[in-house]
Amino acid sequence: MLITAPTGAHPLADTAARFVWLVPLLPLAGFVINGLLSLLAAANPGPADPSAAGHGHHADGHGHGHDDAHGHDDPHHAARHRFAAVTSLVGPAVLLASFGLALAIFLAMRGVDMHAPYVQTLFSWMPTGDLHLDAAFQLDPLSMVMVLIITGVGSLIHIFSVGYMVDDPGYPRYFAYLNLFVFFMLVLVLGASYPVLFVGWEGVGLCSYLLIGFWFSDEANANAGKKAFIVNRIGDFGFLIAMFLMFSHFGALDFAGVAAGAEGLGLGNVIVTAICLFLFVGCTGKSAQIPLYTWLPDAMAGPTPVSALIHAATMVTAGVYLIARSATLFSLAPMAQLLVALVGGLTALFAATIGLKQWDIKKVLAYSTVSQLGYMFVGVGVGAYTAGVFHLMTHAFFKALLFLGSGSVIYAMHKAYHATHNHEDAQDMRNMGGLRAHMPVTFALMWIATLAIAGIPVFSGFFSKDEILASVFARAQHSTLADATLFGIPGTAVLFTVYVLGLCAALLTAIYMTRMMLYTFHGPNRTGEAERPHLAEAPWVMTGPLVVLGVLSLAGGWFNLPALVGFLGPVGTLEHWLEPVVGAAQLTVTHGEAAHLSHSTEYALIGAAIAIAITGILVARARCRPEALVAAKDAPVEKGIERVLLHKWFVDEGYQKAVVTPTVGVSRVVLWKGLDIGIIDGLFVNGSALLMRTLGWFGSQLQSGQVGTYAWVLVIGAVCLLSAFRIH
Amino acid sequence: MTFDLMIPGQLIGALLPDVVLMGGAMLLMLLAAWRRESDAWQRVVAVGALAVLAAAAAAVLWMMRLDADASIGVIAVDRFRWATDLLCIVGAGFAIALMSEQNPRARLVAGEAHVLVLLATAGMMIMAAARDLMILFLGIELMSIAVYVLVAMDRRRERSAEAGLKYFLLGAFSTAFLLYGVALIYGATGTTNLTEIGARIILYKLADHPMLLFGVAFLLIGFGFKVAAAPFHMWSPDVYEGAPTPVTAFMAAAVKAAAFAAFLRIWIEAFPMVVLRWFGPIWWIAALTMVVGNIVALSQKNVKRMLAYSSIAHSGYLLVAIASTTSMGSSAFLFYLLAYTLATFGAFAVVSVVSDGAERGTQLSDYEGLWQSRPWLAVGMTVFLLALLGFPVFGGMGFFAKWYLLQAAIASPAPLVTLSVILVLTSVVSAGYYLHLVRVMFMKERDGAAAAVPASGPLTRLVLITTAVLILVMGVAPERVATWSRLSAIGPAPSAISSLGADTPELMPPAVDPAARR
Repeated sequence: MLITAPTGAHPLADTAARFVWLVPLLPLAGFVINGLLSLLAAANPGPADPSAAGHGHHADGHGHGHDDAHGHDDPHHAARHRFAAVTSLVGPAVLLASFGLALAIFLAMRGVDMHAPYVQTLFSWMPTGDLHLDAAFQLDPLSMVMVLIITGVGSLIHIFSVGYMVDDPGYPRYFAYLNLFVFFMLVLVLGASYPVLFVGWEGVGLCSYLLIGFWFSDEANANAGKKAFIVNRIGDFGFLIAMFLMFSHFGALDFAGVAAGAEGLGLGNVIVTAICLFLFVGCTGKSAQIPLYTWLPDAMAGPTPVSALIHAATMVTAGVYLIARSATLFSLAPMAQLLVALVGGLTALFAATIGLKQWDIKKVLAYSTVSQLGYMFVGVGVGAYTAGVFHLMTHAFFKALLFLGSGSVIYAMHKAYHATHNHEDAQDMRNMGGLRAHMPVTFALMWIATLAIAGIPVFSGFFSKDEILASVFARAQHSTLADATLFGIPGTAVLFTVYVLGLCAALLTAIYMTRMMLYTFHGPNRTGEAERPHLAEAPWVMTGPLVVLGVLSLAGGWFNLPALVGFLGPVGTLEHWLEPVVGAAQLTVTHGEAAHLSHSTEYALIGAAIAIAITGILVARARCRPEALVAAKDAPVEKGIERVLLHKWFVDEGYQKAVVTPTVGVSRVVLWKGLDIGIIDGLFVNGSALLMRTLGWFGSQLQSGQVGTYAWVLVIGAVCLLSAFRIH
Repeated sequence: MTFDLMIPGQLIGALLPDVVLMGGAMLLMLLAAWRRESDAWQRVVAVGALAVLAAAAAAVLWMMRLDADASIGVIAVDRFRWATDLLCIVGAGFAIALMSEQNPRARLVAGEAHVLVLLATAGMMIMAAARDLMILFLGIELMSIAVYVLVAMDRRRERSAEAGLKYFLLGAFSTAFLLYGVALIYGATGTTNLTEIGARIILYKLADHPMLLFGVAFLLIGFGFKVAAAPFHMWSPDVYEGAPTPVTAFMAAAVKAAAFAAFLRIWIEAFPMVVLRWFGPIWWIAALTMVVGNIVALSQKNVKRMLAYSSIAHSGYLLVAIASTTSMGSSAFLFYLLAYTLATFGAFAVVSVVSDGAERGTQLSDYEGLWQSRPWLAVGMTVFLLALLGFPVFGGMGFFAKWYLLQAAIASPAPLVTLSVILVLTSVVSAGYYLHLVRVMFMKERDGAAAAVPASGPLTRLVLITTAVLILVMGVAPERVATWSRLSAIGPAPSAISSLGADTPELMPPAVDPAARR
């Protein structure tokens, strides 16, 4: 192996941590195996292979054309993939193995002083000039938490996928992509430098693109994939510039080197601020924040487990991870932090308003994800990195549960419609209702997740969301942020605004989530008379992971209990765990002393949060009448503000008019027809090619095939050479 | 350990790999003549030849392990020699592997062909070892005569016979230049030993002596012919096209590598003090070779011919390494030779599969739709072409080869800025024909009436896989090979470098002290 251990005396060097390279390698192996199975089946179509006949089956009119359904609509082609059994085994197994190894490393890491990260160099990557960059992995408490979330939640989602996707003709391809995604995600969080992180960052983007467009024969799905890809490129541009700035000013790109370079710089340093702002541009793309959030709701075109894994639990939180990872830099740039918090708060509220009026169950969850990501950015933005990561973790639990639960619902709906050859939309909540009776397990678990996201005490989301809001409140009064300004507005004012935005978003969250639950599970059933008997709970392979996630959503708060409820268990576990990584940066923000609120204030804040959550649920209960709802095909057209919300504030249309159409127009007329075809193609490419070809033709004319000619050329060359030696 | 080359026993020891190879070749010659020639017997000889090569390689590796060196003598004992030896042996192994499967297809029953490859390789190894112009000449002739025969091996095919004769006539012509150059140098310095020549040029202040300069110029012409540098390249497209494909690959890679290695050693060990005189001519030859090779390749319709011109262009690139006159240059040179050898053998292996035994099916149009009929072959060819182009990642180590070459050129005491620009620009031109072939393979439909591409034999497949994998792996992790080539580099004595710098066509002052850069 190429592996060396430069850290030498690191306490982790002789533990399971030395196998950390295996953690991402296992999913990669899964990708290779499943990819080969997929290729193998494509190269030698067996008698049972449906790919030839099954193509285009998704193009037929399925609701809005982005129906998250499974392969074969036509029962005559209902054949499983030849290698489905192998894939079912390999796909989840590699992740479980990875998770097991991660757990072993975690156990080894407990009780070890992790102030110095454990860096494992795989090979020298870019040994050029001033830049010496290794392909290296870095293990520290932060990456450990991320690895555990990714492999743990990832394993559950992989198992769920076995039930959800097994009948799809592209089953091995699906698992190949999913495994590859996990590989890149692990590279992202394990990378010891920004470029390695960027490799993972781009890799997960690629897998996201591939999985959104998994049913690519439907054009809408393929377009959603492209949209995600292109919007993300805009963000990545910012990330790249940030890296260039780091290299030109610090001469380093590894985390340690950059942190060391930034150390001596003062608070509010221009370069650091610029780097942070550009990094945040990258985050707005990957983590779907204003203004680049528009791709995420469209990304729901992919299979639902993909939405759970990539577009809720892991990939979209990469931006939060990036900021936590760059905590040292951000803590030196209060202006950038204020902007991050403000954008986070605005996104949280804005997305929540749209979530109020969506009918597609996955769209509700998509906007909810955008909104919750906003919360996380508020957390890391105000320098409460632990709170941000904590919410990232609890969100991974309850949002994965919500998505998988909705997947289970869609699965049941689809099966019912499939059985009766009905082409209604299986994702429209107006076609659901009263599913409580048919799917009791899913119903109960989804309520747990809903209470968690709404912020009802004891459930995990309550603790994490409360910690973020409390941090904002505390820092509004006393921190470097409060002393700074954003666009001339004092930081205190900005932070109080963010706090209010957060409260409002919390209220709306409780409302739209309750609305979703009411319309889906309560009231009378609107699926249809013929379909109703076919509605049933999903198999155990799907409900099993839901149960585990339900337990985590319920008890996730115990990972980081606030001091106020110290009687419930150990306090601030995650806080202590992450202290070596982000502790110093958090202290910088709070003027070197631990953030502190008086007990009475804290009780008041918690009281307000609980009151808001309960109010939200009650408002939804009062306003949403599932009994009055009619099925989608009979529903009236919305008017007024409802219409604006349903059409997502017309942002997509605005982007289309303001950015896409002019860009395409200019590109077509000026860049393509004028510059590209006219000047570049005509003059440079074809012109120079013609010139070269002509010269080449003359050259080959000399090549007569006559030895005599050749000898003459040789002699002439010799004469020229001798004269070139300047012999006088 | 140190060899004293004045003691006959130790001289033999220092020549151990050469002795092993030559002894094996002679035994094998007897074996080849033992039975009536047949395909089966031919295969036995091929296996024997591979075994001899393996033994020679083992001897080379053993010498490397010993870290053998020698005081000044007629034979060089240094890592540069071992590196060159290994390159030639690997090339010979590939050639024999390809030939053993290609000859039966061409209905060629010539077991001695494998022996000739071994003899040519022995000549190459002597060239790599030579520290004396007479030894060098011995090596060149041993190699050349074997290769003349190999080219004309398929004698019933007109093209092959014609190519052999052409190569022989022009080769004889150029050898005259070479030998005359040796004579003139001897006349000027009174010695044929490289280090002695270098020392005497300083001692007797011969740097401007006309007889010496004529000698150097003639020597340059002789080598220019062997490495197919413009304007002495005219023979190579015809010969490369006419020769059986495995032989073409052998010539393009191993023969060229050996000639270049000897070239580099002479220029670094014997003529560093004459640099002001030869720098300009070599500069021009390098520029001309790159331009002519790449541009004429553009208009070729025959893939073998196209690769022949591409090989001329690569001679131009390698001349840049010689013109850079530093140990960094010679380390880049070795790295480049390895990448070039692998890519060339891979590409010609694909050509030998696609063409039939009679060397038909080498036109560009025969590659149309190869992606559909033989996807792995098309993918492999793409890797080789991209490696020759110097494309990152997918071209594997080809990229780093060019990269190190450019680094060495820029870091030379007289930075070769213009030459580097020409190198890059002509590489762009080369994309015109490399990528064109890729496009033909992937984006054109195969003519329905065309005959199916035959299956490749196991050995050919082995060559294809080995070369492609090595290229790709070293493209991701080039460090180990780069270190190897750095350790195996030779450079001029520091005193010689000080005369460099001013009055070169680049008119640039020395940038950095090259001794510090080691």
